[in-house]
Amino acid sequence: MNTQKDKSKKYLNPYVGGVLLGLVLLAAYMISGRGLGASGALKSAIVASVETVAPSHAENAAFYKEYAETHSGSPLKSWLVFEMLGVLIGGFLSGALAGRLKWKVEHNPKITSKTRIVFAVLGGILFGFGAQLGRGCTSGSALSGMASLSLSGFISMAFIFGTAFMLAYFFRKLWI
Amino acid sequence: MGPFVITEIISENTNFLLAFVIGIGFGFVLESSGFSSSRKLAGMFYGYDTTVLKVFFTAAITAMLGLLFFSLFGWIDLSLIYINPTFLWSTIIGGVIMGAGFIIGGFCPGTAFCALSIGKIDALAFVGGLFIGIFAFTEGYPLIEELYKAEYLGIPTINESLGLSRGVFALILIVVAVAMFWIGEWAEKKFPREEY
Repeated sequence: MNTQKDKSKKYLNPYVGGVLLGLVLLAAYMISGRGLGASGALKSAIVASVETVAPSHAENAAFYKEYAETHSGSPLKSWLVFEMLGVLIGGFLSGALAGRLKWKVEHNPKITSKTRIVFAVLGGILFGFGAQLGRGCTSGSALSGMASLSLSGFISMAFIFGTAFMLAYFFRKLWI
Repeated sequence: MGPFVITEIISENTNFLLAFVIGIGFGFVLESSGFSSSRKLAGMFYGYDTTVLKVFFTAAITAMLGLLFFSLFGWIDLSLIYINPTFLWSTIIGGVIMGAGFIIGGFCPGTAFCALSIGKIDALAFVGGLFIGIFAFTEGYPLIEELYKAEYLGIPTINESLGLSRGVFALILIVVAVAMFWIGEWAEKKFPREEY
């Protein structure tokens, strides 16, 4: 039990962390009128890449056409892209201050690093696709959606966490 | 009065600069709360670590109450803030797919970037997967468009849908969250793990 106590000391108290995260989210609303997000920045990067690498495809394929009609300027000049660059810096600073900077594959000792990587890629593919279909991920749809009391934010939160709970038994070997 | 960029108190470029600053705060808080560890995040679904529940709901309530008070003080016009539209089927099915991605991959997009920033290679793999998944969506869009736009309910707030005022709903959400925190604390005692 001592090791667990030592570990939890290094991290912020979760309720304090929650209040701070809530204040960051509130600042985002106060400044930009929108909440936080994450997956939207990756979508911007993909749209920008497709427009650069295959401009004729971007002009003809339905998704990119619709995106260009609803967004002006370069896809990379977006609020979420700047925000996500900040996330990389902020995470790095916190990790550096706490002595947690280290290249490693974090996994349950009962599985290999390779298994962990394969499942991480699979999970990423699903999450990326689901976040597009659901118009936002845990940050943009669930967290910000709940703070702004949007109905879709609560539906999104319930189905993300509900599904993960229901599937937890089947993937228990990955984690416990 | 906020939101500053919409009421033109700040310019579009200042808004981008502040997005970067807010991102730093976002990443810093996620990392210091332990969201850079997939095993800590996944602990939520096995009861051994319910940090995700506590941080997530405390944050949602803090921001919700902040918006409520700021609007009462006349500091922000809530009719100008972005409310996510509700397309029922895509929200539900998207949520189910994201939930599967969460338990299989151990991250969500924001936490994966946060973990990547301190050197987690499994987070890098997850981010690679995110790009593939998003690209599959943008390329496969013609096949999915109908589902994506089905059952559009407008941009309702949950309190409107339930016929409650903003304040009464906020109170109910706080009571529910406190009950869940209590269950979370209980679960951590019941399913302890010494090291992960």
